[in-house]
This record gives sequence, C-alpha cells and structure tokens, in this order.
Amino acid sequence: MNYPDFSVTVPIDHVAVEERVARLNKRSIKKESKLFALKLALSMMDLTTLEGKDSEGKVIQLCQKAKMPYGPMPDLPTVAAVCVYPTMVRTAKNAVKGTGINVASVATAFPSGMAPLSVRIDDTKYAVDEGADEVDMVISRGAFLSGEFQQVFDEIAAIKEACGHAHLKVILETGELLTYENVRKASDIAMDAGADFIKTSTGKISPAATQPVTLVMLEAIRDYYYKTGKMIGMKPAGGIRTAKQAIQYLVLVKETLGAAWLDKDNFRFGASSLANDVLMQIVKQTTGQYQSPDYFSVD
Amino acid sequence: MSETTNIKETYKPTSPNSKLDFASVWEYAPAPESASHAEVKDKYELFIGGKFVKPSSGNYFNSTNPANGEVITEFAEASKSDVNKAVKAARKAFEGEWSSISAKERGKYLYRIARMIQERAREFAVLESMDGGKPIRESRDVDIPLVAAHFFYYAGWADKLEYAFPGQKPEAVGVCGQIIPWNFPLLMLAWKIAPALACGNTVVLKPAETTSLTALKFAELVQEAGLPAGVVNIVTGAGETGAEIVNHKDIDKVAFTGSTGVGKLIQRSLAGTDKKFTLELGGKGAMIVFEDAPIDQAVEGIINAIFFNQGHVCCAGSRLLVQEGVADTVMQKLKDRMESLIVGDPLDKNTDVGAINSHGQFETINKYLKIALDEGADVYQSSCNIPDNGYFVRPTLLSNVSQSNRVVQEEIFGPVLTIQTFRTADEAVQKANNTPFGLAGGVWTDKGSKIFKVGSGLRSGVVWANTYNKFDPTSPFGGYKESGVGREGGLHGLGAYLKF
Repeated sequence: MNYPDFSVTVPIDHVAVEERVARLNKRSIKKESKLFALKLALSMMDLTTLEGKDSEGKVIQLCQKAKMPYGPMPDLPTVAAVCVYPTMVRTAKNAVKGTGINVASVATAFPSGMAPLSVRIDDTKYAVDEGADEVDMVISRGAFLSGEFQQVFDEIAAIKEACGHAHLKVILETGELLTYENVRKASDIAMDAGADFIKTSTGKISPAATQPVTLVMLEAIRDYYYKTGKMIGMKPAGGIRTAKQAIQYLVLVKETLGAAWLDKDNFRFGASSLANDVLMQIVKQTTGQYQSPDYFSVD
Repeated sequence: MSETTNIKETYKPTSPNSKLDFASVWEYAPAPESASHAEVKDKYELFIGGKFVKPSSGNYFNSTNPANGEVITEFAEASKSDVNKAVKAARKAFEGEWSSISAKERGKYLYRIARMIQERAREFAVLESMDGGKPIRESRDVDIPLVAAHFFYYAGWADKLEYAFPGQKPEAVGVCGQIIPWNFPLLMLAWKIAPALACGNTVVLKPAETTSLTALKFAELVQEAGLPAGVVNIVTGAGETGAEIVNHKDIDKVAFTGSTGVGKLIQRSLAGTDKKFTLELGGKGAMIVFEDAPIDQAVEGIINAIFFNQGHVCCAGSRLLVQEGVADTVMQKLKDRMESLIVGDPLDKNTDVGAINSHGQFETINKYLKIALDEGADVYQSSCNIPDNGYFVRPTLLSNVSQSNRVVQEEIFGPVLTIQTFRTADEAVQKANNTPFGLAGGVWTDKGSKIFKVGSGLRSGVVWANTYNKFDPTSPFGGYKESGVGREGGLHGLGAYLKF
C-alpha cells in the first residue's frame, strides 16, 4: 500500500475541466457504435433500490429485471449487479443465484456515515456475511472537510479489511466535497487506502454524479495507474437517467482511460431509472421505432 | 496518395510507450455532416462592382478538397486589368453611395450580414471544411460563430467612431486592399472586411487560392444583403494577383495576413508610398508549463494549442517549454492524449484533426519532419489510422531538440510540437523570447502572481494563461517583431482603418 502525502493538493483548473467535458459531449455516437455503447451501459449497471420502504418483494422484482431486462429481447446482457441495503442482501443473493450478477450492498451507516467506526465495521461485516459480493461504503465527509485526512484514510483501510473478499467501492459523496481539488484528494486517499472502485455519490445528496467530477476522478485513476500499474474502477451514481447521458459518460471513460476500462469490472453506473431509457434506445436502434414506456417494466 | 504511405514508413514513432489503449473495444461509427444543403457551382467568377464577372484572361484554376484530392470547383484568375477594375469599382463606391449614407445605415448593413451568416452557418461550415480540410467541429463551433461575432461587433462601432476616438475626427481611409490566408478563410475575411466597412471604407479582397470558396459564397451573400455595388469586391488568384493589389496606386491601405516572407516583400514594396498597412504574419508560440500547473488541464491546453486546425494557426503554440520536475509526466500524458485524437475526414463530426490544407503545405511539413530526424530529434507520432487518400499528417511530438534546431526556430505550420525543458522562470522566458517571432504564448501555473510575472516578460502580442487559442472580436490581436505590424480586432482594429 502506498502511504500518501496528505499535504499535497493536486491543482485542478475547473474551467478547463468543464471545457473538456463540453468538448467530449460533442462526440456523435451513431448506428452500430451507439448500439454497442447502449448494451455496454446496460451490462455496467448497478440496478439500485435504496429506500426506507424497500420490501423483499421489491428487491426480488428488481433482481428479475437485472436477470431479464427486457423480455422481448432475451439476448441482451444482464446488468452487472443489484445494489441494496444490507438487510436485503440475502434476499437479493438468493434471487440472482447462478446468474453471475453480483449483489452490492451499501454499508457503513449509509448514506451519511455518521456512526462510530466500530458500528460501520459491523455493518460492513454483516453485509459481507449475508453474501454481498461488493460493498459500497461512504467516507466521513466531516472528517475530510475538517482536514482529518489520516482519519479518512484509516477508516477506509479498516473497512477494506472488514470486506474480506468483497470488492470495495468508496463513495466520496462529491456533492458535499465542494471543490474539484477535494474530489481529487479524496479519490487519491481512497485509492491509496485500498478502494477497488471509487464512486461519486450516494444518490441522496444533490448534486449527485456530474461529468466534470467524473472526469476529475478518472484522471485520478489514470495517475494512480501510471504510478502503480493497478486499475481502479469508477462508478458515477445518481442523476444519470438517460441513455444519452450514459453514452456521454462512456465517451469520458474511453477517451480518458481507454478501452481497458470499458467493462463491468472497471466501470459501473449506479442508477435506478437509467435502465429503461437505455432499453428503449436499444429497441429503437434495433427496430427503428420507439416503443411506449408502457412496454418496459417499472421495477 | 503515395506520399502519405511513405510517411507511414519513414517516421515510425521512435518511442511508442503509450500504456493506454484508445483504439480497441469501442470505435465510433462514421458520423459525417451532410453536405447536401451546401450548394457549389461548377465555376466561380470574380465579384466586382456588385456583379460576378468573367476574368479578362479567361483563365480559371481548380480548387481541390485536400481530404480526397477531388476537384470541387474552379475559380477565376484575376489579372492586372481585373484588379484595376475592382479598385475602380471600390473607388467609385467610396466616393459615391457608400460615403453618402449615414454611419447608422452602414451599421445596419453589417448587422444584416452578421445575421445572414448565422442563418447559413451550416452551409458555410460545410464548405469551409470541404475546401480547406479543417474538421467540421471547428468550422461549425469556432470559425463561423466567430465570423458572425466579428460582424456583429464591428456593426456596433459603425456609428460610434467619434466616441471610440474622442476629439480626433476619425475618417475612412478609402479603398483597402486585403489579402487573406488559407488557414481561416472566412474568419480572416471577417477580420478584414467587418472593421473596414464599419469605418466607411470599401475593399478589394483576395482570398487564398486554395480556399476561395467561402469568400465567393460571402460575395453572394453581400449581393443578397443589398450592399451598394463596389463596396466589397472579391478577386481570386495566387500571389501575382495579390501583388497587383498591393502595388496598385489607387489603394489607400493594405491589410495582409500570411507568411513573414511575403509580409517582408509587401513592406518593401510599400516603402516610399503613403499607403497605410497592417501585417499579421507568422509565429512560433511558446507555451510555458510550470510544475505547479494543473497538469491534466495543461495537457488539454497544449493539445488545443498545437493540433487546432492541424496546426495551421499563426498563433499556434508550437514550442512547449516544461519545467524539469514534471517533464516526464507531461510527456507521457501528452503522448496518451495524442493517441486519443481522431485524425481523418474533415466532414466527420468526430474528427479532431483534419486534412493538411494543400499539397504544398503537406510537403513543407514533411520537409520539416525530415529536418527534425536529420537534426537528431526523437519523433513521436500518434499511431492513429489516417486515410489512404488526401493530405494527412499524424499528430507529432519532437523531443530531444534545443533552441538551435531549425524545427524550434522556424514556423512549420502543421501538427508538430517541439518540447524542451527549463529549470527557472527566467530561463523559460528567455527561451520563449529567443525567436524572431512574437505573436502568441501561453503560461500554465496554478499561481496567479506567476502568470503576471512571466506573462509580462514575454515579448508576444497575445499571452494566454491556463488556456490557449481563445479568440474574441473585442480583443486586439497582432504581433511583436517579425510577427507583424498593427493590431486587428477590438478598438485597436478600428484605428487601422481610419485616418485622423
């Protein structure tokens, strides 16, 4: 593990970051390359339900959708994972058994992280014991913003240890970090502390994922790769609702990190309503006609 | 085309150490901009006195699409007598109708032209890319919007000249001879014609022989706008036609944008005359990247500085000076970023780098690549695919070069960047200024005070901070030293078309 120098702040020029995103958004993705991107996006999705009123029934239905996104097209890829609260992990795990779809669990007193470390570690262990393949943790934004970078680092490392074999996604909650420099710094701390993925948001705070924030994080991943040769994954989450947005994110990934990151092991979308728009566009690209939203399941 | 094939073999990247793979898995499908709405005639005449007239010699020359070598159309070759006719028409308009209408009416014509350009922006953009090889993304998002912006901006000044120069009684100069280059054909036309007309002058303009199409489309637009006959005259032809304009005794002012070599010839031939002149010539812009710069964004700025318009930009950032501590990082990131540039069909909406403008320029760039190899430079080229036909040069980075190398001293005017390192700010400024040119430069640092310190040390008409190649009609543009005389754009640009 690299022990980072917390005094270093990587400067980020926000004007140029936003310009770069604007330029990449002008890529024109057509025909077969569009269909490829849509299917890729579907395969990278963490189909998510994170509500207080979640029920076992709802989670089972979500898992059905994960396995068979659109009945009339059984050859479509399945999504990468379903993402649920720890208490729903076992239900989800049973529902996706034998499909290769992972179960991701949020943990560590999601979404605020406002609980003692011991509680957050127990929360993580519980999720993993229930069968979670992936753990989505939150960092202590309060500690980060008050400059306690060592604490943030140590906590991530502790959760990583608690994860065991489960993959760790570290949610930075970029909407609360205020500057791109902070996003960069939190990304570096998370990667150095053992994150397998870095993730923008819980989806409970606005703004959630944005493209400029994602670009800053992708560039952090690139620098980490240059330095260590290790590939860290990226997961923008929250606020990505349309197929067009999803393709724009994929363009960001392709042109920042390259082809090696264009699979579900290295890139995920955290989304609840994105799937149907992607499906609708896949049908449009395949048949040439738009279907009514009524044809797509609401799960 | 055989030339491009040879290049593939001759200039293999000497250090293909890009770790990232931007080519496989997901390739963008072609996304060509439709050219069906862009009307091109088989042949274009000269635009003199408000009419399209045949050249007295009866000669025409071909205009080709540099991306595929196909002939697009023919342009008339203007001889001495045609230039004479154009100057007479301009004189007549200047002494007649154009001077009799009010300044406010003049402004209204310019506003009308600006709006008409906006209405036909797509057509102009497509034609600009077809004729000149620049990517449609640039002609659509940069060239044509700036053209309209220039006309809008100078339209506003037309009836406010007294306020721009209080107490100085500004008056129009008269007939202006204007010669423009091939790198930004319609934009350079706008830079020349908009301020000239706003100040009440009439013009005889010669576009470059490889890129005259949009100028003649503009002539059609001028006709439709109902501009009085003779206010704008457009004559096509090569250098000889330009010389006829410069040497014509009834021209009051010469405005030229082009190479320093030709600029010197013009200045020589103007010596001893009372013609006013502005010259906007070559450059070898230096970019200084400090260790404390936001590196990823600096790399993006460098890419825009040198690969914008295939490097056919007089103010291009063609020399990169990087502080030692980050030199390796910048080099690696630059190489990876170059790999992700899409080179190819200018009309494809995803193309980042289009075609080299002409066979002549293609040979010039390749000559310099050979010189670079002979001088011992390390040549890195993007491994991208380039089309088999047409004139294309891969984005190129030359390292292991120093101030004494020709590729560092001379303007290549192509997608070729040299990279050198420096240790102290003073050294960077010294190297940046160690050139006969002085058109533009860039500084990247996170520290504001350093921008001012270094920026004020640069002997350069334009200095960009943490960005590059940003243009706006309100901002003056022009060079120090051999990069030119006078300023275009902004309030300064008005002064060049007035006498007091």
